[in-house]
Amino acid sequence: MLLSARKLCRSFGENQVLFDVDLDLQVGEVHALLGENGAGKSTLVKILAGYLRPTSGEVVVDGSQRHYRSSGEAEADGVVMIHQELALAEQLSVEENIFLGRELRRGVFLDRRAMRERSRTALLELETDVDPRARVKDLSTSDQQMVEIAKAITRDVRVLIMDEPTATLTENEVSVLFALIDRLRQRGVAILYISHKLREIEQIADRVTVLRDGHLVDSGSMTGRSKEELARLMVGREITEMYPPRTHLPSDAPVVLEARGMVVPGAVKQASFTLRQGEVLGFGGIVGAGRTALIEAVLGLRGKSAGQVLRNGQPVVLRHLRDAVHQRIAYLTEDRKGKGLVLNMDLRSNVTLLNLRAHCHPLIDRRREEQAFQQAIQRFDIRLRTAARTAAELSGGNQQKLLLAKVMSIAPEVVIINEPTRGIDVGTKHQIYHFIHELTEAGCSVILISSEMGELIGLSHRVAVMCAGVLTGVLEGEQINEHEIMQYASGIKGAEVDEQRHG
Amino acid sequence: MSSVMANNKTTNKAANQMIKQKGFAIDLKTWGPFVALVVLALLGVLINPAFLGLDNLSNMLTRSAFIGIIAIGATFVITAGGLDLSVGAMAAFIAGVMIILMNSLVEQFGAGLTTVLFGVGASLLLGLCAGFINGMVTTKGKIEAFIVTLGTMGIYRSLVTYLADGGTLTLDWAVRDIYRPMYYGSFLGITIPVWVFLFVAIVGYILLNYTRFGRYCFAIGSNEKVAEYSAIHVDRIKTMTYMLQGVCVALATIIYVPRLGSASGATGVLWELEAIAAVIIGGTMLKGGHGRIWGTVVGAIMLTMIGNILNLTDAISNYLNGTVQGIIIIVAVYLQRASWRKAAP
Repeated sequence: MLLSARKLCRSFGENQVLFDVDLDLQVGEVHALLGENGAGKSTLVKILAGYLRPTSGEVVVDGSQRHYRSSGEAEADGVVMIHQELALAEQLSVEENIFLGRELRRGVFLDRRAMRERSRTALLELETDVDPRARVKDLSTSDQQMVEIAKAITRDVRVLIMDEPTATLTENEVSVLFALIDRLRQRGVAILYISHKLREIEQIADRVTVLRDGHLVDSGSMTGRSKEELARLMVGREITEMYPPRTHLPSDAPVVLEARGMVVPGAVKQASFTLRQGEVLGFGGIVGAGRTALIEAVLGLRGKSAGQVLRNGQPVVLRHLRDAVHQRIAYLTEDRKGKGLVLNMDLRSNVTLLNLRAHCHPLIDRRREEQAFQQAIQRFDIRLRTAARTAAELSGGNQQKLLLAKVMSIAPEVVIINEPTRGIDVGTKHQIYHFIHELTEAGCSVILISSEMGELIGLSHRVAVMCAGVLTGVLEGEQINEHEIMQYASGIKGAEVDEQRHG
Repeated sequence: MSSVMANNKTTNKAANQMIKQKGFAIDLKTWGPFVALVVLALLGVLINPAFLGLDNLSNMLTRSAFIGIIAIGATFVITAGGLDLSVGAMAAFIAGVMIILMNSLVEQFGAGLTTVLFGVGASLLLGLCAGFINGMVTTKGKIEAFIVTLGTMGIYRSLVTYLADGGTLTLDWAVRDIYRPMYYGSFLGITIPVWVFLFVAIVGYILLNYTRFGRYCFAIGSNEKVAEYSAIHVDRIKTMTYMLQGVCVALATIIYVPRLGSASGATGVLWELEAIAAVIIGGTMLKGGHGRIWGTVVGAIMLTMIGNILNLTDAISNYLNGTVQGIIIIVAVYLQRASWRKAAP
């Protein structure tokens, strides 16, 4: 046994989040760690990687007990963690990041050549064309992820902990990552793999451990386990029908939002679309195809060089998100930590921030604010198990619900949702899908930007697909399937796409 | 619409009750400045019982009013993630223009209330405009506040030196007699500057904690992107904080001018740093997102109190005022930052 955890407990204040959890990692296995948001996965792996100390219980590596006081001590033992939020120094180059804190030296000077060579080797192994000299700031999120992984493999890693590594990767990059994981496994590295994507886990995991509410629910071999069984173990109840039925759309449903000939410099070359009342319009395409830029230009968050927006058939000028709010259009950003929530602000203020006007006459009425917050907690099932005072202390799923509560506070008629389920557990996903359904049943219209095919196919009435800044087509009915969407997303089918962009 | 989302109501309620139990510990973050003020005052009494004398206290509070009023404005700027280094020079410039204007109006209106009111009006207008310029250049020009206000600081400082022709601008003696009570007068036993200080503090408190403007300052200072995505007019709010700062500087100048009746290139030197120090001692974070008006008030009083206590004792030289202030600033911030709070999960 390479690494084992015995009866780990951890409390924050009076609040216990881990209860007697055991975990065993063997040489050369991929071990999946499953659980809903807030189940204690992150706490558990932070203890293993030396970021947190257990309240009680022990961690055993190579048969002897370890008391890591820092992540550095764990790394010296070969236990390395790749964070869900990338932890790279943006202004430094790739190679500088890879060797950050353990620079190779010749005498007192840095041995740049050796570091570059070793970085290049590591990146080659990952089959990525990232230049070791490139500045991390200029890389895409997925490339940054590759740098994180390269950083881990240049250390003599024996236990690699990956927290949601595929959350921001494209399908292609995911298969590269899996091939790499396979090679690491053959080298005898134990991989502890946290993901909410059960399909991935089915594909690569040898064994699985499931946590629920801080307790170990099940641990054992993957063989003979189905996705459905795992989902049930995680949530503790049967999840039937992941996707709710689509709202019936009358043939004369009016168009509530229309964009014509949108052009956003450097991002969108040509895009028009319509959204009808009660409809879910999906937006598919690979990361960087211009979907977010298009939507943000419609909302007035970005400048556009051409194009017109119509609301209920009337041309409207949206120069600022406030204008969109006045038009009862709500936007749920994909970056809930960077753009969605004020992390160091209390929860109540976060929920009311978008529609603070409603609580002012003219001074802020804190009692009514509190009432609105309590209603939001009930309506969106925000679980405050961790006595959180600020948004930063909530789990990912609860943050997403908090953001949803904030956005819905303006009682919108059009809701634009960008990547609503990134890094979110099955149970919360299910809730969000049904919430979208409730919205359309109530006469709202929804635009859903998603990189998850299943979501687009399961929820949308129509799917608009973008490729390299061009809206290549809008798929309907039978056309909405994985194969068709990929064809349009890669520019093989549909409107002309500039050759050099993807050539 | 709530059926699906609320399918877990019971556990939710029980869990939510746990939150209310929290917050019993009086944290030093909130009360630290007040505790420090009390400690300092006790020290003052021990050193010299005259410290508690009404005259001394009144004098001390009156002196702290200038920096205090400016610091309240600075609390908004800093909370919203900005910085204004130009306040000291701005005060000198406004004082200079006020004096020139009032002196020239004596011929027309005589040395009466009208002349003083014109001076006061001009001061407020100038403060507002100066703040507007700082705000617009920072937000529309997308230049760091540090650089913009460093620039305007130099500009205002040199303008007042130019207006005074390198010397001192002196207020007309007749006007001075009428204007005098603004600094030396008192109402209900409390001097006018202290009343103004109190008024500005109360307005500032309400503005920061009970209006949209204040809440938006917190949001912008915490994360500008989030503020933008919350449909907040970020540039507008930020510019408004600088304008508010300008008005505060103007108010401080209005009560400062009758004190000496003059302005020169040396007026208001280092006020910007004292104001920032008062804000920081009060528990506002220099990087923004967290501000406290009462803390700032306490900070400003503390800074004056240190000088006052040194005046009352022979143990430490008066020349070491800056040293003691410096130590207190660093210790105050250290106490606030030290990990009193439990680590977050």
